Parts: sequence; structure tokens; C-alpha cells
Amino acid sequence: MLAMNYRGPQRVRIDNKPMPEILHPQDAIVRVTRSCICGSDLHLYNGNVPDTRVGETFGHEFIGIVEEIGADVHNLKVGDHVIVPFNIACGECAFCQQELYGNCHEANPEATAVGGIFGYSHTAGGYMGGQAEYVRVPYANVGPMVIPDWMHPDDAVLMTDVVPTGYQAAEMAGIQPGDTVVIFGAGPIGIMAARCAWLFGAGRVIVFDHVEYRLDFVRKYGPAEVYNFRSIRDVVVFVKKTTDSLGADVCIDCVGAEAAGNLMQTITGRKLLLQAGSATALHWAINSVKKGGIVSIVGVYGPTDNLVPIGNVVNKGITIRANQAAVKRLLPKLIEHVKNGIIRPSELITHRLPLEEIADGYRMFADKLDNCIKTVLIPPRAGV
Amino acid sequence: MNVHTGFSNPEKGNYQSVKGWGIDADPENDPTYPIKDRTDAEQNGYTWPRPPQQPIRPGILVSIERPNVTAVYGNTVPPRGLSGAIRRFAFKFSESSYLHWLPLLMADRVNVVEGVLQDLAKGKVPNIPAERGIKSEWKYNKKAVITKVAVGAALIGGIVAMCMMKQEKKHCRR
Repeated sequence: MLAMNYRGPQRVRIDNKPMPEILHPQDAIVRVTRSCICGSDLHLYNGNVPDTRVGETFGHEFIGIVEEIGADVHNLKVGDHVIVPFNIACGECAFCQQELYGNCHEANPEATAVGGIFGYSHTAGGYMGGQAEYVRVPYANVGPMVIPDWMHPDDAVLMTDVVPTGYQAAEMAGIQPGDTVVIFGAGPIGIMAARCAWLFGAGRVIVFDHVEYRLDFVRKYGPAEVYNFRSIRDVVVFVKKTTDSLGADVCIDCVGAEAAGNLMQTITGRKLLLQAGSATALHWAINSVKKGGIVSIVGVYGPTDNLVPIGNVVNKGITIRANQAAVKRLLPKLIEHVKNGIIRPSELITHRLPLEEIADGYRMFADKLDNCIKTVLIPPRAGV
Repeated sequence: MNVHTGFSNPEKGNYQSVKGWGIDADPENDPTYPIKDRTDAEQNGYTWPRPPQQPIRPGILVSIERPNVTAVYGNTVPPRGLSGAIRRFAFKFSESSYLHWLPLLMADRVNVVEGVLQDLAKGKVPNIPAERGIKSEWKYNKKAVITKVAVGAALIGGIVAMCMMKQEKKHCRR
């Protein structure tokens, strides 16, 4: 079968790989019908996530048709077209039982700080990802959910990560009616967080980025006030000035390790890998939020250290809330929102490419070429 | 205590005899709401009925912060070669140690060289420009491609020129 093959930083290709097998009685094998390139895949693509091995297949955003099930799978049947959440969760551990599906204790032997994630390095369990024709899906009774008949596959594939992560970013922000919400990053997650902030009663939503076409998109899609931080001398002062000196009620970091905007952070975090990515957005979030405010983090950082103004967190009494989205917990509510036209996921998709063109897809997404916001990969045997 | 792993969940003391125990407890003081459907089940330790164990194959690296291999795992690319040896060394240290993460990053870089050698051993010359997505870069950002080629050519040209000058100096001395 065809599958993406990581060969080193910024080098990927399509190769033939062996078909995945049932290795556990609760496994399923899924034929991928859509997969995406996620912003967090760029951390892997750039070689910034430790224990990313040559030969791995990335891809944690995918949907597909169940081709085979293990002996203990009873919630799915062959032929079901399913949304597969990006987190692998057993459903039985103390954390899954409390709906912390991104923090399962039975899915990743190689690290305790991160749960199991499809196609996200051996630090996240060493699972094969969905940028392939077929994938092994562990704990198939727990994570996968049958796609409703009315839902288009292009909407469904964004329910695996983008929509839940954007929603949980807003949810963790504890937004109260009338709050001013500042979002750093106008990538797919930032765009979705801007949309979802309104669902919690935000009074004002402001988005910062430096990519003009993405700012244009979120201005209309959010809707949101948008600012290019390249044209602002000091982002924090700007936020203070536009909130009568008090700061935003809530700040959300939707960027993570690939942040631009601060030369020192870029050099130490992205170029020299002296810290776990560039923490520019988080730095701005902590300094822009009001005293007693909330900072919500869904941007992905590496497992080592980052330079952030933790003293200001203490002195301002900031609450920081962060996690990988618990996709399974959120899916029923979010599917209703899509059904009711409140969230329109597929509008984020700008490019649809054959899986075979994955190297060009990564380049396009990484360099933000051709006004790319979200790239969907379609395997040759997708069939839908 | 599990004598094989060293992990334990000792019985808690008679804290209820501590004067004032729990008088200010407030279940609403919970910043995890609504993300966590709080049961505090983890206070009982690692006691839940575990899913069946995926057969354990050799080569899985396990965090020393865990007592066991998780019920399922990926390990789609088992560690091997020099990079594998470095990875095995890294897993002697915890996730809070640089001695865990920095060797892993180093192993990743060594692995890239191993990958090229593996390709060559199979008679495949990696098409690095294609792997880097040159087609879309050329289509949408010709300037970047031309700049990269020009900088690369200038660097190679400079190195060649320096080597030739050194050779010439050697000849002159003779």
C-alpha cells in the first residue's frame, strides 16, 4: 500500500509499505478516505520532535472505512465510515474514565507526558499515521465514531482534530459573556478557536498573525478583528491600548513551537533547538492577558523547556489551562453544531491533493504557498 | 510495592485526625471543569482492569517513569543501528532529563544519514529535491528556488575556488 515515508527534516515521499495488521483484539484496520496535513505535523516535518524516526508515516487527522476488525471489536462493523480521533484512548484507565482522552495511560509506553497519537513520532507511541492508504486503529471500540449520513467527508475529516481542538481552546479559556478574547495564530486551529469563542459568549475576538491571506479569511469566517503583528511595534502594548490598559480577559495560544515574531525565540527555539520551539505566542499571551485572566494553550510545543515569563504568571495571578483536545468527549456536541450550520469545517479546506503528491503538499503548507490554509490528501483507493 | 518495578501506591495515613482536615474543601474550586469529569479514580493508583496486552515484541523502548509496556503500542520503526543504540541509551533517563531528549534528537539526525545509506544499499538514490517538494515551490515561489540555487552555487563555487587556490600555492612552492 502507499504511505508517506519520512526521510529527514523537510524530506518526505510516498513509498510502498506493508499492509497494517491486527495486532490486538481491539484493533481495526481502516482504509483511509481523507487525511490532512496539520500545523503540528510541521514540528515533525522540521525535525523538531525528538524520536521521529526515518521511515515513519505521519498523519493524525484522517477518516476511513473499516476494512477489518479484531475479535473484541463490537462497536464497529466492516464497512462503517468513521471519524478517527487523533488521540488513541483505551476508555478504561483512570484518565479516560474522566474523559481525559488525550491523556490515556495505556497507549504510549515511550512517554508519560503525552498520550498515544497516530503518526506523531515514537514520543507519542510510534503509531503509524493516516497519510497512507490503510491504518491500524487501536482501541477501535472507543475512539472511532460512525460519520452521520448527512455529513460530507470533507467536514468529517476536520472533526478529527481541527474542530475539537479549536473548540476546546475556547472552552478551556473559560470565556464569560462579553469577554475580550485574543487569539494568537490564524492557522486552522486559530480560525476555529475564533469561531468557537463566540459560542461561549465572547464580546470581542481579536486575532494576530503575520500571514495576510489567513487574517483575511478569519476576519470573515470568525468573524474577528485581525491584526498583522509585523505592522505593530509591540503586540502587548497594542493589546493593552485596545483594552483600556487592562489587558484581554482571555488569551489563546494557537501557534506553538513554530511561532514567528521574536528573533531571539526564533533562533533559540526553531533554528538551534535550544528550547522546545519558539514560545513567542505564549510569551505574548501571558503578557497581554489581564490580571487574574486565563491563558489557554493548544499550540504544540516539544517536551523539553521553553523560555516564558513565568514570573508574570505568578504576579498577575494568571490561570493557565492546556491540553490535547479530548476529541471523543466533544464529538457529539460538535457534530450537532455542524448539523445546525453553526460550524462549517470544510470551508477551511483550500487544497485537495492526491496522496502521491504529499511532498508538494507539505512544502505548500509549510511555506504557506498559494494561500494554503488546509490541505486534504486523498488516497487513490479512497472511493468517496 | 511491586518488587519487579519499584512502583507503589502506599496506603494513606490517618489524615482525618489532623485538626481542621477538609473544613475548607470546595468541590467547585476546580479549574479542570468541564474538561475533566472528576472522579479522582487515580487516587487508588494503577488499579483499573487493564485492556488485554498486545504481544510484546523485542525492541520497544519504555519510559522509566512507567512500570510496564502499555496495553497497546506502535513501535512501527523499531530502533536499530547506531541511532538505535543512542535511543536505547536515552531511555535510561527520565523525561525530565536532558540526557533523555538530547540523545534522541541526536539519534534522529544520525538516523537521517542511516536512511540515505539504506536507500543507497537498496540501489535507490533519494531524490532529495522532490522529497523537499521542489515542484510546488517552483510553481508558487520561483524566487525562493532561484535564491536557494544561487546561494548553493555560490557556496560550492567558493569552496572549489578556495581549493584550487590552495593547490596553486602548493605548486608555486615546489
